[in-house]
Parts: sequence; structure tokens; C-alpha cells
Amino acid sequence: MASITILLDKCTGCMLCVKACPFGAIHMANKKAVIDMAKCTLCGACVEACKFSAIEIRRDAGPKKDLTAYKDIWVFCEQKKGAIQSISFELLGEGRKLADKLGVKLCAVILGSGIDDAAAELASRGADKIYMVDHPALKSYQDDPYTEVLVRLAEEYKPEAILCGATTIGRSLVSRVAIKIDAGLTADCTELDIDLKERLLLQTRPAFGGNIMATIVTPNHRPQMATVRHKVMKEAEIDATRKAEVIKKTYPGEVFNSRTKLLNIVEEIGETVNLSEADIIISGGRGMGKEGFALVNELAKVLGGAVGASRSAVDADWIPYSHQVGQTGKTVVPKLYIACGISGQIQHLIGMQSSKVIVAINKDPDAPIFKIATYGIVGDATEILPALTRAFRLVLNK
Amino acid sequence: MDYLITEQQTMIRDLARKIADEKIKPVAAHYDETEEFAWPIMKILAESDLFGVYLPEQYGGLGGGILDMCLVTEELSRACGGIALGYAGTGLGTLPILLHGSEEQKKKYLPDIAAGKKLAAFCITEAEAGSDAGSIKTTARKEGDKYILNGTKQWITNAGEADIYTVIASTDKTKGVRGASAFIVEKGTKGMEFGKKEKKMGIRASATREVIFTDCEVPAENLISREGMGFIIAMKTFDCSRPGVAAQAVGIAQGALDHALEYARTRVQFDVPISSFQAIQHMLADMGTQVEAARALVYATARMVDSGAKSVAKESAMAKLFASDVAMKVTTDAVQIFGGYGYMRDYPVEKYMRDAKITQIYEGTSQIQRNVIAANMIKESIKK
Amino acid sequence: MNIIVCIKQVPNTTDVRIDPVTNTLIRDGVESVINPFDAYAIEEAVRLKERCGGKVTVLTMGPPQAENALREAISLGCDEAVLVSDRKFAGSDTWATSYTLAAAIRKIGDYDIILCGKQASDGDTAQVGPGISAHLDIPQVTYVKKIEEISAEKAAVERMTEEGYDVVETPLPCLLTVVKEINTPRMPSLKGLMRAKSAKPFKWTADDIEADPAALGLDGSPTRVIKIFTPVQRKGGEILKGDTGDISKELAELLKDMVI
Repeated sequence: MASITILLDKCTGCMLCVKACPFGAIHMANKKAVIDMAKCTLCGACVEACKFSAIEIRRDAGPKKDLTAYKDIWVFCEQKKGAIQSISFELLGEGRKLADKLGVKLCAVILGSGIDDAAAELASRGADKIYMVDHPALKSYQDDPYTEVLVRLAEEYKPEAILCGATTIGRSLVSRVAIKIDAGLTADCTELDIDLKERLLLQTRPAFGGNIMATIVTPNHRPQMATVRHKVMKEAEIDATRKAEVIKKTYPGEVFNSRTKLLNIVEEIGETVNLSEADIIISGGRGMGKEGFALVNELAKVLGGAVGASRSAVDADWIPYSHQVGQTGKTVVPKLYIACGISGQIQHLIGMQSSKVIVAINKDPDAPIFKIATYGIVGDATEILPALTRAFRLVLNK
Repeated sequence: MDYLITEQQTMIRDLARKIADEKIKPVAAHYDETEEFAWPIMKILAESDLFGVYLPEQYGGLGGGILDMCLVTEELSRACGGIALGYAGTGLGTLPILLHGSEEQKKKYLPDIAAGKKLAAFCITEAEAGSDAGSIKTTARKEGDKYILNGTKQWITNAGEADIYTVIASTDKTKGVRGASAFIVEKGTKGMEFGKKEKKMGIRASATREVIFTDCEVPAENLISREGMGFIIAMKTFDCSRPGVAAQAVGIAQGALDHALEYARTRVQFDVPISSFQAIQHMLADMGTQVEAARALVYATARMVDSGAKSVAKESAMAKLFASDVAMKVTTDAVQIFGGYGYMRDYPVEKYMRDAKITQIYEGTSQIQRNVIAANMIKESIKK
Repeated sequence: MNIIVCIKQVPNTTDVRIDPVTNTLIRDGVESVINPFDAYAIEEAVRLKERCGGKVTVLTMGPPQAENALREAISLGCDEAVLVSDRKFAGSDTWATSYTLAAAIRKIGDYDIILCGKQASDGDTAQVGPGISAHLDIPQVTYVKKIEEISAEKAAVERMTEEGYDVVETPLPCLLTVVKEINTPRMPSLKGLMRAKSAKPFKWTADDIEADPAALGLDGSPTRVIKIFTPVQRKGGEILKGDTGDISKELAELLKDMVI
């Protein structure tokens, strides 16, 4: 059974562990550390922080199992209307590196209907092997058949790791698969690596809205499953000469049964492209005012970017919720994020602070947004945006 | 300061504060700008049971008193004095029924008011009867089992939005103030109309309109108490409602002070936050002390009302007089601390200053309050 | 209709700050709140009850103080509350958490619909809801933004996607995870707050829910956190100063390569 103990003879009461604990589970009593087990998650941050080796953690989960039957890195490739989604190429790019480090094959898994053409495309993106299941029931994503098929594939071919996009489909699907096949699953990774000695996938992800990072492993279960955040990894280069082994699997009809029924697919055609796909996002906040959003749209049009918004702008009904960036909206990682009239509440920053370049325009020089902005302009965004739009038009000759 | 309010009152205050912070603050500027009536907020207050805090449990209320109502009014006013008035104005319109209504009238009207399904309004002021409330011209003529109302009430808070109106009208002109009577008139009664919405300096989220009666037939059972009791009912109502206006003033002052403090801490001039200047510190200290003193007087008065004390006219008037003067002073100083920004409508404090002014005027001007206070003081000293 | 809503108590992110010296989270004075996404699940559960009749049971797994979150849920209209709390749950990852909650739901027994927020604001995994449905082997629909129709046998709901939404029909019982767009949570009512004050949530341990000890807590969790660290905080950059026209031109030049 897992446990954590303070070695009282070694504890000097220095309080380093108290500061290190992300869960506030340690306090001092009689100048010694005491762990509140109701709060402790056995994360081990205190063990690393302790300079006196006074904290002992036991978290081995029983005898080591024989995991040698599991090999290869799998990438679950998402398709919509037959088109492979760009996140899959990012995963193949990252998967290639991991597979090479381990000296195993990189395999793509694709489910759909009439998807023969996908094989060549996936091969060109670096897949050594492609598992393909083609069935009318798999045309569009449904939880039941997708889960059942992926469970069967994984049980039969035993991959060492499965990577999947942290998309609505990916998160819904692999969460169920991991339970069914008793696998470890780490959500929303932003960094992956390999511990060669232990042959472990090192999965690093943000928690507490990006305020802390955690590296997570799955020591004793296979496959090691991870969902990966969109637009963090680099897409695999295309090499049209590459060939891959294609394994087309068929299953009996009942495997494709679905309890849920897809009645309709509605695409909402707005001014914007999909926010999480966009390379450039222009976002408006309270400081724009309702009419000011026309200026945001205008700049987005000139730059070919998407329009985002802060929560207060959405709550004021200036723009639909689907545009909201932040904790209760979308997390975005564009190359360029221009925040107009957004003060930068922590809930908003959580959703966009990983953007490569951030431009902030706000009339309050003390607004928190300036603390993370690459470039800041102090002033009324409704006055600056038209000038900025003009300037970009000149630069772009539009 | 700890006013030793009950656990239930703490719950009421905290909930009102939560609604003010989360729901009213974000929209206060919007309603001030558009002068719309904040129905979405009234709905939230209704669902939260806040309309019933001062009403007896047998009518669906929570069994509290005027202090409970004051706590809610203060917290709401801290975010927006105008929106708070939709709540407080309902209290004013309800008090005549609560204080003097018959059991049937209470049973008929109070549950809907407690549930927030219906708002109320109080109609006394007329074009030529402001401070001189005795000179009202609106008449109520008895005809069989009905009264026929004629006349125009002016600057009626919640007019048009409320469903229940308590109206002071003269049933016997020859008797002057002793000829006034109070009636309950429901919205939709034939012969009752509303004038255009007034454009105001402050409390712009509150609806202020004329209520016009033209041969308006009101059932005789809607007479509150007896004929001739109208003026007494109005004065007793004001005795209980003035702590509410005072609480609104305290809330407005506190809201402006909150903004001023925050701004003083973050505004940097001469390389330091302006809160490090003694000139600002002394202003803040005075503002804080004045607000706390006003609050203490308001709560003490509300408690006195709730204790069933016989005469509270002097104390209620003192609370309103003092708190409204504090509101005007503190909001003006808040604008001063904000400097040029404070004068701009993009910043929230000028609204508090505009909203504060009315508290020195309605439900008896500060001058009338002084009259009431002095009259009572002199009366008391004669008795001794 | 019997509705179960699963919630989590999380630190209020508005309060979470990083100590600039030690680079660790400052948790002093950080208030615990109901996970913001779960608030939508609670509201939807109460609305479903108001629409179809029945009962809402709110469920959470956590330390004893998570009872506060349950009371808050009651003040918002939930009828009964269950807290599963046991030291054996310490170190649970999403696998063990969803196992534990599924076991508690089995003990609650009769249910037509389970509602969860799409994810928790501290962990952001979005894995526990689907995990519960997998353990219970019931259908799920994630990211639900609207319940279009619901009867005793089935529901038609809108599932948010990156491009728009899918309309999905699911038989009951089922599990739905909901997004913000589904509703605007109400404020608590005074009568609800008073009910919450006197409410007595059920408190269940690992034994009460007849859970397999090997599947609980860290032992039942396939994943292990091996390192926690603070990311390099982003630093504020350059403030452009000058005439609006000039700084606009300057910025456009600076960003030229990114926007072409």
C-alpha cells in the first residue's frame, strides 16, 4: 500500500516541504512537518524539496509486471468527413521521435468509412504501420463503436503507448478506452519524452491553469496513453516516397453497435475559423464595447485571423460563447494573440498565455495583461485598432 | 465593525453581496446608460427569496424586519443605487399594506411580493405636493362599493413596472390632511395610466413615471384602514422606510469608497501609489469613518423600528439625514481621489455621485428631515 | 427522474498565485469552490428536475471539508448529498477516481441520468466523466451544450464540436458532461441556504461503497506524478510609446513576418 512518512529524527523543521507542497497538505507541529492525508495526493513534490531526506514515499504498485509484450508507439488519427485532422500530423511528428528513441515502430490508427486514401497520406507523414478499420458505422465519431474498436486493436496488438489529440473527440474516446483496458492516461500533455532506462513515456502537462507543470509516468500498466494539446508539437514533414505496412482489420457487426445515435451534424459558419486551429487570434474584451467588436473583426479579416473574446464580452452578449478564450472557454496557442481592451484576469490568461507572441492594447497601464505581453500599447483600443488595421494593410499591401 | 447581526441576517447580507458583486456590478454601467429597468436582476432577487426578508413567514416571507431589508438594500446599492431602488421601492409600496392593511389585504398581496412575483410602488408626490404632502389634489370619491380616483401622481418609483400601487388620495378635501386615505390599486385597473419615463441625473436604472388616474374605479375593499387615515399611514410608512433610504445611501457611499481605496492603492503618481500621500490618506480616513458612523446609526434605528418602539420618527429622520449627507460627501470625495478619471463616465465613481444626490431629496428632503427631528426634539423636551 | 450530479471542490483559480521567490503556489487564503464547470451540471440537474420531476443527488469524492461544496449544491436546489471520503483514496488518478465514483453511484442505485462538468479547473483532464460511464458501461455524450428533448427512455442533446455541434440521441440511463453554454447557473436562495445548513450529507467510506481496495487511491492508479515544477513565468515585454499612428506602424513592422 502506498504511503508517505516524515522521518522525525531527520526533519529539521525547515519548512521547505511546506512551501513545496502544491496541495497545502503539510503544516508544522512542534517544529516537525506533519502531513494531512486528507489533502495529500502523494505527488512527491515535498520529497524532492527536502534537503535532509526526511520524507519517505512508497508508491510502488505491487510487483513489476512483465510488460515486454507491449511495443510500438501508436497515434490515433482523427478524421472528420474523411479528412485527417492536423493534430494527427503533429502527433505523428512527435511520435516519430519517441519511436526512434525506443527503437520501435510508429503506427497510425485510423477509423472511418471509405478511408483507403488515408494510408498514403499517413505513410507520407512518417507512419511505419497503419491500422485501418473501415466501416460505415465509423464514418463519424460515436463513442461506443470507436471505443470498442480501439479496445480490440489495443488488446490484440499491444502498443507500448497510444497518443491522441486532446480534442473533444480524443478526450471523450481515450478516457473510456483507458478504463476498459486498464491503462494509464495522462491528459493534455504539452511535452513528451522517453526515460530510456525504464522505457517509460515521460508525460508533462500543465495543471492549475498552467501555474504548475507535472511530469507523469505509467510505470506498471500498458499501454501508456496520453492526449496531447493541439498546436504544441510540430507537424511531421511530408515525404511522399515513404511507404507503410497497412493492416486492414474487420470485426463482426456487433462491434460497431452504438447505443447513441448521431441525428445531425451542424457546422456553425461564423466570421471565424476554428479558434484552436487559428495561427492569429484577435480578441476583444470589455474595453471594446459592443460596437468596438466591429474593429476587432476588421483587423482579424485583414490578418486572416480568428476572433476571440474575454468572458466579460461574451457575458455582455457582444459575441457568442464559442469565441470565448480562457478558463471557461477555449485554450488557444496561436503564433500571434492580440488582446484588445482585455485587462487580463487570471481566467483569461490561463487560456492564452502559451501563445508565441502576445500583443496587449489596454488603457489601464497597470492591467495584468501587460505582465505577459510581448508588446504592449497603453491606450484606448477603440482608437488604436483602426490605426493598427491601417498599418497592417500597408505592410501587407492590402 | 461587528454589528452582531444574527446568523440569518449574515446569510441575507452575504447573499445580497454575492448577487451585487456577481450580477449587478457587471451590468450597472449598462443600465445607467440605457435607463432600462433591470428585470433580469429583479428576477434573480426574486429567486433568491430576498424580496421576502422583512415579511412575516405566514405570507411567504422569512420573518425578518426592517434591518433585514436595510442589509439587502445596502449591499445592492453598493453595486448600483438605481437597481437597488427596484427592490427598496417595492418595500416602500408594501409597507402601508404590511403596517395597516387588513388580514385579507395581506393575504392577497404579500405572498406575491415576498416571492418577487410582483413589485410594488408608493404614490404620494404630486406636481404641487412635494415636501408639502398635505396639499395633494388627487381625489377618491366613494360611489357604492367603489372609489373613483382622479389626479396625477408624479415621480413615482417603479411606476409602470410594479403591479401593486399604494396611493394616497383625498376622500374629503374639506378636512385637509385628515381627509387623505390610502388605497391599493392594481396595475391594469381601468382608468390608470403611466406618463412618460423621466430622465434623471442619477439612479437611472430605476423607473420614474407619472401615474395618472382618470375616473379610475377601485373596489372599496382596497381602502387601507379607514378613510382619513391616509396621511398617518404615509407618515408611519416613512418612519419605517427612511432607514431603507439611509441604507441605500450607506451602500452608495461604501461602493464609492471601495472604488476610491482600490484606485488610491494602484494609481501611481510621482512614482508612488497616491495612497502613500497623507492628503489622500486623510480623505480616506474621513470617508471610512463617516460611512461607518452612518451605518451604525442606520442599523441602530432599524433595530429600534424592529423592536416595536412606538415613536421612531426622529431617529428615522436622523438616520436618513446623516446617511444621505455622508453619501453625498463620500461620493464627491471619491470622484476627487480619482481626479480627472473620476469625472469621466468610463470610470464608475461619477455614477455614485449622481446616484447619491437623490438620497438627500426623496422620501423627505434633508430640510424636511431636520424639521421632523427638531419638532420631535422640542416635543420631547416639553414633555419632560 | 433520478438525477445524479458529480462535483469536485477545487481551489478558486482567481486566488491561486505563485510565490515569486520560491516559485510555488501560494495556497494560503485560497478559497475552495465548486469547480466552475460543475456549477453548470448542478443547474442543469435542477432544471431537469423542475422539468420532469424527480430528485437530484449530488455526489463528490474528497476530503471531509468537501462537504461544504455539497451544502452549496443543496442551496442551489439539489435534494440529497453523498460524500465519499477515505484516506484510502489519497493519490487517486482519473482511473481510480472514476472507479470510486462509479462504485458510489452503484450504491446510490436507481438513476436515469448522470451529469458532470466537462472538466475540473484544477486538473483540466476531462477524463473522469467518461471514465465513470466506462466503469458503469452506460452510454455517454460529452461536451453537451443543450438538452433538446428528454423522456423517460431517451434524450436528444447537442454535443459541442470544434466546428459546431452534433445532435446525438442517447438512451437512458446515460452520462452527460456539460459545457458553460448549456445554462446560466442560478444564485442560491435563502430558503435553499437554510435547507443546506440543516442538511445531512451521507458519508461513505471505501467499505461502504464495496470497492476493491486494490483499485483505490495510488495503488489503483496506473499513473504516477514523478515531478512537479513551476514553468518559467512569462515576462512582460516592451511597452510601445508614442503617437498612435507611429506605434501602429512600428508594431505592424515588428509583426510583419508573422502575419504574411
